[in-house]
Amino acid sequence: MIVLKRIIKAGFINFSRNGLVSWAAVLVTTITLSVITAIILLQAVLYFSLGQIRDKVDVTIYFNVSAPEDQIMLLKSSLEKLPEVAEVSYTSAEEALRIFRERHEKDYPTIQALDEIKENPLGAYLNVRAKEVSQYESIANFMKSDNALVLGGDDIVDKVNYHQNKLVIDRLNSIISGAQKLAFLVTLILIIISIVITFNTIRLTIFISKEEIGVMRLVGASKMRINGPFMVEGAIYGMIATIITLLIFWPVTVWLGNNMTSFLGLDMYDYYVSNFLQIFVIILLSGVLLGIISSFIATRRYLNK
Amino acid sequence: MIYFNNVSKVYNKDSVALEDVNLTVTAGEFVSIVGHSGAGKTTLVKMILADENPSSGTVFFESINIHKLKNQDLTKLRRRIGVVFQDFKLLSNKTAYENIAFAMEAAGKTDAEISSDVPHVLELVDLGNKISHFPHQMSGGEQQRLAIARAIINQPELIIADEPTGNLDPINTYEVIQILKKINDLGTTVVLTTHNRGVIDSVGKRVITMERGKVIRDDKNGKYAI
Repeated sequence: MIVLKRIIKAGFINFSRNGLVSWAAVLVTTITLSVITAIILLQAVLYFSLGQIRDKVDVTIYFNVSAPEDQIMLLKSSLEKLPEVAEVSYTSAEEALRIFRERHEKDYPTIQALDEIKENPLGAYLNVRAKEVSQYESIANFMKSDNALVLGGDDIVDKVNYHQNKLVIDRLNSIISGAQKLAFLVTLILIIISIVITFNTIRLTIFISKEEIGVMRLVGASKMRINGPFMVEGAIYGMIATIITLLIFWPVTVWLGNNMTSFLGLDMYDYYVSNFLQIFVIILLSGVLLGIISSFIATRRYLNK
Repeated sequence: MIYFNNVSKVYNKDSVALEDVNLTVTAGEFVSIVGHSGAGKTTLVKMILADENPSSGTVFFESINIHKLKNQDLTKLRRRIGVVFQDFKLLSNKTAYENIAFAMEAAGKTDAEISSDVPHVLELVDLGNKISHFPHQMSGGEQQRLAIARAIINQPELIIADEPTGNLDPINTYEVIQILKKINDLGTTVVLTTHNRGVIDSVGKRVITMERGKVIRDDKNGKYAI
């Protein structure tokens, strides 16, 4: 315990006495943490946009006019049990007619033709939304499968519009998965570059103390007593850089929220405030671990016999 | 206490730092090792500290083969040895007090022991008024006295002084040698390397002369003979 207390105290004293060198390391760590924060916000925009696109995609199962409602509901409940399905909404034949009339209320010939028929020509339909765009095909396949046929699906289903929309859905699916892969790759590259730069800056600050590490070794200090204060210093770099980063992103997100919400589709300030705790934890852990691990690796090479 | 058995250190074909060195230092001795630059004096003391490994041969500290020690045991052994260097090797961002306290902390001393012993040892080397000074705020002689204070604070069994007067003027040289003699009189073994004739003559104890990595003379109560 007393050793730990001494190590922590020495880390704080070293940080304050190293002056500009310490602040240079804090600055570089701040840049790394800013990159990570920016990536978190950009990912939020990307996923929000992709989510919106995903929400616009669905598959509709149209039923025959004579399809009994209880059989439709049976099919609905079996669709809802599929793990790929996020939501199934039922629209009755009457509701379908009402919507049709509303949509075409200014299309006089169509409404007149509808009135002349007297009977409702429209059947009920089920609107199915999958959890992932890529899962629509398996839902469409289910409709063709024995399970659906047992439920009478083959007799009551008029058509499933998946096959008309297949090309658009497939294209959208590949765009979404491509965007996700690209985002992941760019994120990875940026994070690796930032970490390497920070690691080298911290290594440089420790390189300055190379001689002193040798002296400490000859005085008989244990490895932990030598590299402990450097690791504490690394943690301090991370903590201060976290505070600076979060302070920088406060006005940045306010500006983005005021000026870019319509373009981005997401209010950045709202997102930043409502996810502040998560962002804080991610940034703090990244900064502190980066500082500690970089210091540990950098001092280790001077600690061998 | 220290035993060199056929120790050689070869960096490459053209650079032989030590060649087949055999010597013994007994507890309580004051041994001066003399020789020109490149004679192998510093390599010899680095071997005792396990700061260099021999190419062949063995170095013993009491019955311990120094170069077979694991890291943790080596750290413990180094706490039994005090070292003084020509270039002082003080911790530049620590005050005089902290430099000595660090050596005590490394040896596992308590805060109470540190706060009582450090001012005392600083007084002993006449640095009582420099307790809060950083090394760069002190003269060469003061820095070397501080290095000696750090070396003796844990009451080591052996003091190694590698050219401790190399950067000092005659007055400071005299003071440093007097301190080392006093430490030896109190029972601590001292190994001193130097090429300063005045220092050797004023110590007047055992002198080992080295040349091109070899021990060429070993005189009790020797004089500078190069």
